[in-house]
Amino acid sequence: MLETLILALIVLFVMITLAAYTTYAERRICAFMQQRPGPNRVGPFGLLQPAADGLKLLLKENIVPADANKTIHFIAPVITVMLAVSALCILPFARGVQVFDANIGILFTLAIASVSVYGISMAGWASNSKYALLGGLRSSAQMISYELSMGISIVSVILLTNHFYPGAEYLRLTSIVEAQKDVWFIFINPLGFFIFLVCAFAETNRAPFDFAEAEQELVAGFHTEYTGMKFGSFFVGEYMNLWIASGIITTLFVGGYRGPFEEMLGVANWDFIKQTAWGVSWFLGKSAFFVFVFIWVRWTLPRFKYNQLMNIGWRYFLPLSILNLMVIALVLNLIQ
Amino acid sequence: MVETVLFWVLAVLSIATALAVITNRNPMYSVLLLVVNFFCIGGLYLTLNAEFIAVIQIIVYAGAIMVLFLFVVMLLNLGSEKSLEPAFDAKKGLAFLLGLAFLAEMLVAMKDFSAIGSAKETFEYGKVEKIGLQLMTQYVYPFEMISVILLVALIGALMIAKKYN
Repeated sequence: MLETLILALIVLFVMITLAAYTTYAERRICAFMQQRPGPNRVGPFGLLQPAADGLKLLLKENIVPADANKTIHFIAPVITVMLAVSALCILPFARGVQVFDANIGILFTLAIASVSVYGISMAGWASNSKYALLGGLRSSAQMISYELSMGISIVSVILLTNHFYPGAEYLRLTSIVEAQKDVWFIFINPLGFFIFLVCAFAETNRAPFDFAEAEQELVAGFHTEYTGMKFGSFFVGEYMNLWIASGIITTLFVGGYRGPFEEMLGVANWDFIKQTAWGVSWFLGKSAFFVFVFIWVRWTLPRFKYNQLMNIGWRYFLPLSILNLMVIALVLNLIQ
Repeated sequence: MVETVLFWVLAVLSIATALAVITNRNPMYSVLLLVVNFFCIGGLYLTLNAEFIAVIQIIVYAGAIMVLFLFVVMLLNLGSEKSLEPAFDAKKGLAFLLGLAFLAEMLVAMKDFSAIGSAKETFEYGKVEKIGLQLMTQYVYPFEMISVILLVALIGALMIAKKYN
């Protein structure tokens, strides 16, 4: 009980710090891609920039628009951060280092992802502003559309888990990782990986699918009317979700906390500290790579149009993911 | 002990939110309270060790259906309380009678219900493997029927929404 609590606090602290530094990474990488220096004044290489940003947000005046729904306007950022934090507890950082090893593992993530739209929609509605409302509206339609393809690509991963690690509780995230002992699922199921990755872009509201914000069209979308730390909460939530999405992709498709040559090195016989350090480094390293992919794509691709988003989701990705699932099921059935 | 406390907290909360859903004049509040209600019911399933059903409750009801409700409320921007105030008519009386009939039906159904001793006894039933196996073997015909019915509803909605040129 106490161990879990301490682990939860460590995970929370580490992930919030990582989320804060991802804002710095995002700005530096974007600046690099646009051939300008980016934030480099606060501390060496600008490394204290996130702390300065946080302090600024804390000290800013809290403005609530007139005729806004005060209660919901206040609850919306709270819910966003709360759901992001509760999704953290499912991530398997290393063997035995997981706050909540649920036997419904992956479904829990899906559940959190599907309700996380409420923060955005409530913020949009409560702000009493047409830009915010449009942002919230778009977000709710977008989430529903991409959840389906995401769910179906998860099913294909579960089928593979059942094949490579028979007898395990195949919804448990640790079983999915252990099933990738010999080969990562990204090599067996590349289409599923691609569909999941794109859906993760849509679910985390990142460009090229950032319709909830879309600064050229909607000022700042759902958080137009937010200031100070309430605005900051949305950012903490967004970057935390980025890490969660990357962590889930890592777990489902690229072997999670397992590094290469584990059998040769005899990792299973190492002591707990050494094993944890090994696992956590691989997990965070792989996740960091996917976070980088998210940032890279954001500053490379232009935003789609909203009807294109819906078209891609319903008319290409959903049939494609169903086809992928059927092919995988058929092949697994034939070779069994 | 913990189980009992959890049950009572969740049960009271779910009934309170359910009542608030139907008495609230603001449709947005109703939608959000219904989401809270679904979470409470999900929690009740968890106390019965039915993790799968609990999660499905959240994914399907709170995460999909209520998001659609929210979408519609936001799209129509329903806010005015006046427009939703129903006038008294025959429909209301009929609804009341039907509600009473439903209540009576539920009471009759619950008459022979005996409470299951503890959550330990239900431990095996809520597992994903168990439910999947049951759905694909013993209940395969009802399962397929439901999917066909859903498909028909989908096509029906599409036909109604479609413009004829």
